[in-house]
Amino acid sequence: MNLTTALARLLIFPGLLFAVPFAWFFLWVERKSVALMQGRIGPPFMQPFFDFIKLLGKTTPPRRGVSGLLMKTWPLLAVSTAGGAVGLLPVLPSSGGFEGDLILLLALLEVPSMCIIAAGFSSRSIFGEIGSAREAVLSVSYNVVFLLAIVSIAASQHTFRLEALAHLPASPMLILAVVAILVCLPAKLHINPFSLPNAEQEIYSGPITEYAGPELAMWELSHGLEWVAATGLVATLIAPHFTAVWLAVLAFVVLSFGVVLLLSVTAAATARLQIDTTVRFYWQCTLIFAVLAISSALFMRFRS
Amino acid sequence: MNLWNRLMCFSRRRSPWLFHMNSGSCNGCDIELIASLTPRYDAEQLGVRLEGSPRHADILCITGPVTRNSVQAIKTVYGQVCGPKAVVAIGSCPATTNVFIDSRTLDGPLNRHLPVDVFVPGCPPRPDAIIQGIAAAAGILAERAAKRWPAESVMVPMADPESACDCTKCDCTKEDKSSADTPAREVQP
Repeated sequence: MNLTTALARLLIFPGLLFAVPFAWFFLWVERKSVALMQGRIGPPFMQPFFDFIKLLGKTTPPRRGVSGLLMKTWPLLAVSTAGGAVGLLPVLPSSGGFEGDLILLLALLEVPSMCIIAAGFSSRSIFGEIGSAREAVLSVSYNVVFLLAIVSIAASQHTFRLEALAHLPASPMLILAVVAILVCLPAKLHINPFSLPNAEQEIYSGPITEYAGPELAMWELSHGLEWVAATGLVATLIAPHFTAVWLAVLAFVVLSFGVVLLLSVTAAATARLQIDTTVRFYWQCTLIFAVLAISSALFMRFRS
Repeated sequence: MNLWNRLMCFSRRRSPWLFHMNSGSCNGCDIELIASLTPRYDAEQLGVRLEGSPRHADILCITGPVTRNSVQAIKTVYGQVCGPKAVVAIGSCPATTNVFIDSRTLDGPLNRHLPVDVFVPGCPPRPDAIIQGIAAAAGILAERAAKRWPAESVMVPMADPESACDCTKCDCTKEDKSSADTPAREVQP
């Protein structure tokens, strides 16, 4: 029974069967909200799906050796880890068995970013290498804040269990931590104002410049799954506790959609920052949220 | 045609990604191509996306009369676009070399070097015409969906060979038009 529920979570809800259509939906929301902000009509509803199918039907250039094998592996690894991260999200009430914990979830959320860095370097394109270097610098900057914010939540609850983190009592510390996570999400999802690794006017498509056909389709899908995982993480942190399953699912979907809308509108309204400005922003301005959150968490822990 | 091929046909028609290349153009057609992607014309409704890398593109949009210096570059970029692919020649220059005809710095028109699928004549063509040309090229890509790639020989017959260039400035002769190696589809602005 435990194995069945774990598989059902990974494959059906909130796993792949739910996450893949929602990945396409969130990618559409991202493009559509940019279009609406610019006074356009924008792409049709099924556009990311059509793009995915079309890319599956394209050929890839012949690549030989280890490099060719790696270029096939990175996008698949990114898709599977992003899908696994979505599957771990504690949306439904616990039913025993394998649930994973916060450390596994954070690791899975981090792997797609690592894959992008490795992908740019294994493609041996100069634009890919510049994009990968930018992604690495960006990752070092935002991850300090992101991890401090999550660790502060875990420290205040004395646990790394995801189930306990899903039903947090509202506190100023939680608000600070969620704000810090929200500030990190544009950098994690490579959208404006931190779309440095895939800055199309500067370095074409960054790390994925050399990828084509089904590999590119997998990158698009992993980007969508990262959207679902990252916004879903925020949604589970701020969702109120419901005992009814359908209400929990509904709250998860609505809150995720709200976060996607917020991030897309921010992306549409802002321009890309320079890399040094971005690094300074995370190390100087945003770090204060994370430090406040973790100090208040430690304070709560000493008081209790 | 089975279900997967029909879905692929439909997706290719709805999702043309462009790569834009200038082969010595005066920049007039380039500005019009960008104008067709701006909010006023909003080509994204058809799923059009301007891509930075030729590896991601389906449709190669070429402007300019093909200078000697750019010949090798356009061949390289055409090779980098993964199949199935289509080529759209934007403006009168790639179709006939336009006012630059007989220039010793040129090696045009474009279809001496690449199989062109759609000509969009005009000096420069209107953004509406460019969008129509891209939609026609997407239709050609969809027709290729059922066939096995490479299918360079599969070309849509020319609608009206006499009107390959309809600009008033151009004094191109019939020989220039008939020098086309491959027949192509016309888009009237």
